[in-house]
Amino acid sequence: MRFDLQVIASWIEPGSKVLDLGCRTGSLLSYLTREKDIVGTGIEIDEDAAGQAIAKGLSVIHGDIYEELEDYPDNAFDYVILSQALMQVTNPAICIRDMLRVGKLGIVSFPNFTHYKNRLQMFFTGRAPVSKELPYEWYNTPNIRVIPITDFLHFCKNMNVPIVKEVAISTYHHDEKGRVITFLPNLFATFGIFMLGQSEA
Amino acid sequence: MSEYIEHNAHGPSVGLVVKKTFIFDENGAGLTFDSGRTLPSVSLAYETCGTLNEDKSNAILVCHALTGDSHMAGYYAEEDPKPGWWDLMVGPGKPLDTNKYFIICSNTIGSCMGSTGPMTINPDTGQPYGTSFPVATIGDMVRCQRGLIDHLGIDTLLAVVGGSVGGMQVLEWSVRYPDRVRAALPLATTTKHSAQAIAFNEVARQAIMADPTWNQGNYYETGRPEHGLAVARMVGHITYLSDESMRQKFDRRLQDRVELSFDFEADFQVESYLRYQGNKFVDRFDANSFLYLTKAADYFNLENQYGDGSLVAAFSRASCRYLVISFTSDWLYPTYQSKNMVKAMKKNGLDVSFCEIEAPWGHDAFLLPNDRLNGLLSGFLNRVNSEIQKDT
Repeated sequence: MRFDLQVIASWIEPGSKVLDLGCRTGSLLSYLTREKDIVGTGIEIDEDAAGQAIAKGLSVIHGDIYEELEDYPDNAFDYVILSQALMQVTNPAICIRDMLRVGKLGIVSFPNFTHYKNRLQMFFTGRAPVSKELPYEWYNTPNIRVIPITDFLHFCKNMNVPIVKEVAISTYHHDEKGRVITFLPNLFATFGIFMLGQSEA
Repeated sequence: MSEYIEHNAHGPSVGLVVKKTFIFDENGAGLTFDSGRTLPSVSLAYETCGTLNEDKSNAILVCHALTGDSHMAGYYAEEDPKPGWWDLMVGPGKPLDTNKYFIICSNTIGSCMGSTGPMTINPDTGQPYGTSFPVATIGDMVRCQRGLIDHLGIDTLLAVVGGSVGGMQVLEWSVRYPDRVRAALPLATTTKHSAQAIAFNEVARQAIMADPTWNQGNYYETGRPEHGLAVARMVGHITYLSDESMRQKFDRRLQDRVELSFDFEADFQVESYLRYQGNKFVDRFDANSFLYLTKAADYFNLENQYGDGSLVAAFSRASCRYLVISFTSDWLYPTYQSKNMVKAMKKNGLDVSFCEIEAPWGHDAFLLPNDRLNGLLSGFLNRVNSEIQKDT
């Protein structure tokens, strides 16, 4: 399992209820079901990925994150996970609000756009950076936004969403190994992972 | 459900199967239909494959579509040219694996395929019921199936599976008898007919009733309304296909000719095909049964029946796990109808999986070979089965 997913998995209490948005073929859900005895549901827009996840025996709904989130009652889950999908979300503010409506805690992870290699690439080549974490050209990327860790922190502050836990890591895109970055994460981390709590009224 | 599907006779088969009959007679009171009328007793044709395990926890009920029957898999005789209607799905090693599960399929009441219906002799008159047969609902059909399940000594079904009108029965089972169903798999179906679906059924019924030989349903001695029934089938058949599948299969190709005839011969392949399907159907199906079954499908309305108009309230009765499947090109029961039921299930906190399968073949896609469908069904059933084994 990807290193970022390992970090996320380590944050989940055994026996909890988990919703995984953009769950792909369900590797995180399978792991959590097997190792942590969670009750999990996934949402995935790609038919092939959703089909593979259901065929593995997972509860998965083939559909769009926004539409599907709407239908759940408040606090239906202990955790709602959005792992490496925030870049493709049209309206992150609405999405995160809804995550924190249907779940008690939200977990968000994304590739850190301001990693020093991206900065150097942009600086020296004058072109939009292409990395293992964000491996697309401007014309074929499914990502409609790029997210620096620092900007995400500002965003949460503006939204009045408390960050319960955070970790910055350095790992390659699909690698199972990685390390935690504590020094200048916005420069040296390839991914940021955040646990979001309920905003105080 | 159409019969143009080429059954795959290859691959593992359940082998020979026997059609059996179960008589439903609740506490000696017969069956009182939802319409309020009572028949002294009704019989259901049914078939089973596989072996019921000791704790009777591995039974799956398969519900057939509109004009289907109890013959879901295998053969009646060695020389049968084709197996049951869902042989692709039911058999050793197949998604409904007869090595693991005990699989039951019964014919619905109102049908003419071995169960009590308008063709059956009314014991009071010695004549076929004809249109004096009570109008049956999906609920009536499911109550009779429950009688069969009781008769087989099964307390709780591992799953109820079915497509189209069979899917309606699956939904009905899950809310009518929530403690007797562990999983429900409604495929290519709806919780209620759209006006469009009712409209097509009405055209089909009118075709039968406009045939002078129909004679208010009293034709069993005088000759059947073959032409009306064939037209009814043609109308239905069109709704089972899709624009794309008809274009691929026929386009505007001519049938056995190089020029247009300038009369009302079947110039086009699609015309000839529909006539063939219509005529073939007449050989095996009763026109009155067709009227009753289409009416049952039109009357089905899960939210009104169980939720006072609210689908969320209707599904609040349910407790099983669901796997809902729709097909992209199904315009009879489009995906939005499946999504509506999924939404109501989610609002009730039910465990639900949903997949819209990309398939160009229209409503009938659930009957055709499809690896995606196989994977979804077998994976889901495996999970349910292992959860049940863990619980017990």
